[in-house]
Amino acid sequence: MGLLSDPNRRKALTNLLTRLNTPICMVCYLAAIVWFMGLAFEPFTLRTYMSENAMGSTMVEERFSAGERALSTAKEFDAHKRKAGGMPVDWLVKMMQARGLEVFTQSFSRKLPFPDENKERYMVRGTNVYGILRAPRAPRTEALVISAPCSPGNSNNQAVGLLLGLAQYFRNQVYWAKDIIFLVNEHDLIGMQAWLEGYHHTNITGMEYSPLQGRAGSIQAALSLELSSDVITSLDLILEGLNGQLPNLDLANLFYAFCQKLGVLCTIQGKLQRNDWDTAEGYTHAAQTMMLMVLKQACGRSWGDHGLFLRYHIEAASIRGINSFRHYKMDTTTIGRLLEGMVRKLNNLLERLHQSYFFYLLPSLSRFVSIGYYMPAFGLLAVILLLRALDIWVHLGTPALAAVDGVSEAEQPSGPGVLSVLTPVVISHLTGVALYLLPVHLQEIAVEHFPVSETEAVVLTAIAIYTAGLALPHNTQRLLSGEGTEQGWKVLKLTALLYLAALLGCTALINFSLGFILAVTLVPITASITPHMPKALSALAMVLLSPAFTILYCVFIYQELIEAPVSINEGWMLFLSVISQGILDHALYGSLVYPLLALFIYPCWLMFWNILFWK
Amino acid sequence: MAAHRCGLFLVIILIFSSLAHPSSCDTLEKADGNVGEKQGVSDAHREVNADGSVTGEDLNERQWQSTDVELDRSDGTEDSEPFRPAPAKDEFQEELVIRPLHSGDIYASFQFRTLWDTDFLQEGQKVSHYRLFPKSLGQVLSKFSVRELHISFTQGFWRTMQWGQPFIPSPPGAELWVWFHHTVSDVDGNWKELTNVLSGIFCASLNFIDLTNTVQPSASFKPLGLGNATDHRFLRYATLPREIVCTENLTPWKKLLPCGSKAGLAVLMKSEKLFHSSFHSQAVHIRPVCQDDQCTNKAWELRQTLNVVFDLYTSGQGKREWSLFKMFSRTLTEACPLASSSKVYVDITDNPEGELFELSPATSLLSQAVVLGDRRTYSVYDLTRAETFGQLRSLNLLLRWKGESGDMLRPLLHAERYVAGFGLQTGEIHTVIYNNHPYRAFPVLLMDSVPWYLQLYIHTLTVTSKSRDNKPSYIHYQPAKDRHRPHLLEMLIQLPPHSMTEVTVQFERALLKWTEYTPDPNHGFYVGSSVVSALVPSMVAMNTNFTKDQPLFSSFVPVKEESSYFVRVYTEPLLVNLPTPDFSMPYNVICLTCTVVAVGYGSFYNLLTRTFQVDEPSPPLAKRLANLVRRIRGVPLLT
Repeated sequence: MGLLSDPNRRKALTNLLTRLNTPICMVCYLAAIVWFMGLAFEPFTLRTYMSENAMGSTMVEERFSAGERALSTAKEFDAHKRKAGGMPVDWLVKMMQARGLEVFTQSFSRKLPFPDENKERYMVRGTNVYGILRAPRAPRTEALVISAPCSPGNSNNQAVGLLLGLAQYFRNQVYWAKDIIFLVNEHDLIGMQAWLEGYHHTNITGMEYSPLQGRAGSIQAALSLELSSDVITSLDLILEGLNGQLPNLDLANLFYAFCQKLGVLCTIQGKLQRNDWDTAEGYTHAAQTMMLMVLKQACGRSWGDHGLFLRYHIEAASIRGINSFRHYKMDTTTIGRLLEGMVRKLNNLLERLHQSYFFYLLPSLSRFVSIGYYMPAFGLLAVILLLRALDIWVHLGTPALAAVDGVSEAEQPSGPGVLSVLTPVVISHLTGVALYLLPVHLQEIAVEHFPVSETEAVVLTAIAIYTAGLALPHNTQRLLSGEGTEQGWKVLKLTALLYLAALLGCTALINFSLGFILAVTLVPITASITPHMPKALSALAMVLLSPAFTILYCVFIYQELIEAPVSINEGWMLFLSVISQGILDHALYGSLVYPLLALFIYPCWLMFWNILFWK
Repeated sequence: MAAHRCGLFLVIILIFSSLAHPSSCDTLEKADGNVGEKQGVSDAHREVNADGSVTGEDLNERQWQSTDVELDRSDGTEDSEPFRPAPAKDEFQEELVIRPLHSGDIYASFQFRTLWDTDFLQEGQKVSHYRLFPKSLGQVLSKFSVRELHISFTQGFWRTMQWGQPFIPSPPGAELWVWFHHTVSDVDGNWKELTNVLSGIFCASLNFIDLTNTVQPSASFKPLGLGNATDHRFLRYATLPREIVCTENLTPWKKLLPCGSKAGLAVLMKSEKLFHSSFHSQAVHIRPVCQDDQCTNKAWELRQTLNVVFDLYTSGQGKREWSLFKMFSRTLTEACPLASSSKVYVDITDNPEGELFELSPATSLLSQAVVLGDRRTYSVYDLTRAETFGQLRSLNLLLRWKGESGDMLRPLLHAERYVAGFGLQTGEIHTVIYNNHPYRAFPVLLMDSVPWYLQLYIHTLTVTSKSRDNKPSYIHYQPAKDRHRPHLLEMLIQLPPHSMTEVTVQFERALLKWTEYTPDPNHGFYVGSSVVSALVPSMVAMNTNFTKDQPLFSSFVPVKEESSYFVRVYTEPLLVNLPTPDFSMPYNVICLTCTVVAVGYGSFYNLLTRTFQVDEPSPPLAKRLANLVRRIRGVPLLT
């Protein structure tokens, strides 16, 4: 700091930074990308290990043997589901009661803001059924949840069958220290949301539900089952939850440990683990797995029923059975044993899962990248914004630097600039508010005037407002503040750079993936933009690197990574449905990605757009 | 307004007079023509003097037996009970009640009652002679001037919806409440010492009871014994919801029995079986009672109870049957020789024709009692008689279920509690009280004791029944003091018939000092059960169309005294997470903080507050002298 208090040396430093600003920024950007890609390289990552002592060395002997019976229960469930044309509530209640559980039901209803075309639902009405296994001699203070969604059609019958089979087996055991809640939720996430809100007596999304009658204290952990076939070749672990929240890494470790113990093939992001890290394929495989996790986490939606638990500080994961027609097959008994082992370990917990990491990326199930390793990648990107801001700050101060006190003098020339800065900021944010509010509220008008469905109306309105935003600000700002000055755009850019840095920094702390993806696309163009660049070319570059196009790229990359590449046309349709899903996720479960993009990132990007067209 | 207050006062008095005055309790029982000997189970201050001394109550009992001859097939045999030599002064009774539960589980409740005809509090005399009464407790009573002492250790939660009401309710963990004699000057000091002594006697962590979890309820806990002290300055109440009860608590408890676990009913208490159950609760109640009906002299009553519920599923192995051997892995062979009465009761109310379960060996002795507002019928096995044990000289009751286990019950009064909300900053405690009576409203007293680290926002307290505001007619609230005393909230709430009443209050979670966290802070912190005390309209009175076993003249107007019964319901304890720092990285935190403060903050502060000037080289000496001269002359200085 002596460096900064000595004016001469400070001057030398700032000179260095301003002179070498562009090269340093480019180096930082490249370093960030390389660092990030290096995270998937196995020698740079850590091996996962169980941190929680209570779940440590495995002394559990799994004895569940009623796999066949679970499958026949599943068939019975299927028959009753068909007969009832939905959730067979009475049958489930009877079955759970016969297993000696305390059974309760909860009915809920929800009107979506606009029809969900992916799942074909608009007015949702359903019932959750749950049975509580009361632990002997426990005072109802702690609970575990095992849930299985009641899905339409043929899917997930086996999950419900296995759930009931486990309930029957667990009921006869004596070692439970926590109550176990067996939950069958209708309408997947909506039912789960209703149940969780009912359990915690909150209402954050405007759901209508009947209050819960039976409770079992604070829920410590939850597992969600998805099984759709009688034999399973591998089990997939799904961790990404709402807003990119992840459960404690120990839960993943627990799953991995039991898969190893029982010889079950386990995957994450649907990708098996490879041992050849030193080959190019091995590295690409790990990088793909990690990229998939980053993309899934960035989109901020819940990728399974478990995702909604995380808000309530309940560690949860979904386990999905995959039948990919390999030779290696497992029966339901093995999966039952795996779950038995996991639940018994969770039952042993003395405290909530807290020992291991909450922020991590997984290039494979046995390797993890902790927050300390991945944050520098983002830090290198964020530092570019700060360096550019410093550069502009110095340039703004330079004409006045002749005076003795540079700081106080520098403010006077920027004085008239304040209004010129304020106007674009306000206008950009108003556009953002319009983008946030109008699509859902204007759907009726749009449907009246155009031959589109409600869902299309919402998505197209959003795109229209987004595009209109490009035309609006740079025209109006001149009207309001008169001729822009050289000083003016610099002040605006300084503000916008710092604003973006703060925004991305906060986002990355909560959801690293989202912050990083936004930073990768936004930083290069925002750092280099000036009004003196060739307009058409840079405008094209800016649009191509805008948040909407980022989503589009992510759609394509995601499809590429899950080995289901799509054509441009299909990609566009997917893009539209991603937008509608994003808006729905916000309305139904309180996902924050849509408001973040509409209210903050997009306005911030508009401010840079404004700079490009500064006159 | 005055009239309203007066009414409220009357209601409170009404509720507690029935608790506080033994006399009124007695009238309750006397008026109830069907009170059997085991009435003592439900509550009561009556003494059944089997030694033949004709007390008022004994007389009363005879009358009952003579009016109910056709009901009690065993009447003749009971009267011909052999005359036992009167014990010197003390007296011991033991009994076991077995109630097959609705859910297929089975409930076994032991009660042991020791009477001690001495009154050291009145005369201030030293008592050094102990016969049946345990000396360890007797000394404690006299040393700390205890008027009444109730202590219970419970593992598990009583499932009211499945099991109905227990005979003696208790909250999970340990509960201790004590009335001190009004001559005690330093109640808090006595309380502290007493808890430490009891902690030693019962091998429990009662020494964790201190001022931060002790309250003085103004209305919820009244003396159950003689005397009508109402000054709650002499009452102390504390719970330890986290206390885990195990064999080390059972052994000292068993040692208080005159026969130990060597003979009598206590041989059944094998800890491996007792703790292999759904619910386990053991308690000690000490109170003063009358020696005779004139009540000229006081006696001390020690009532040891042990309640246990066995689970059908975990011990069933497919067979739906219960036997003493299966429950306790022992059978009964004799009564405790010191006991004046030793009996086993089996509740057969739901099974008049044997369609629900089959009971063997059969007994001809039947007995009826109104327990918790419901008329129950019991089969009685008297262990003092040789024929009870039959040929094998051992009694192994066998109970074989025939019917299916039933649906959930709807007890008249039922309460539950939970924490609403998410996040670690605020929350809301919801207490839900159900009144399932079809047409009668009744008042309940709700008592909540919340530790200080949940900072209650008492202005957010709402009571709603049937989605309408239900104003409590009496509120006693004592705010907490951080690190000194807990919140105490007592309310008298009128429950409308067939309703659900919800009491909510918001709280903020305090950030503790780092030494105040428990060794397992991420487990959460416990909040003890809230207590709902009420006079519930009884089932007997509810049934206005009973003419089966009653003469018509007696059944037109429901008898006032039996129209309601006292019941106490405990809710589940809460487990609340407080904001918890990551204790595993204090070193990192210290390093980071020090660095940030020392380097970052220090130099930035420097940079921001100092003004920097370019250091000009000082002018030569000649110029300075010249300037000095010029200043004196008042001419402009040289630069």
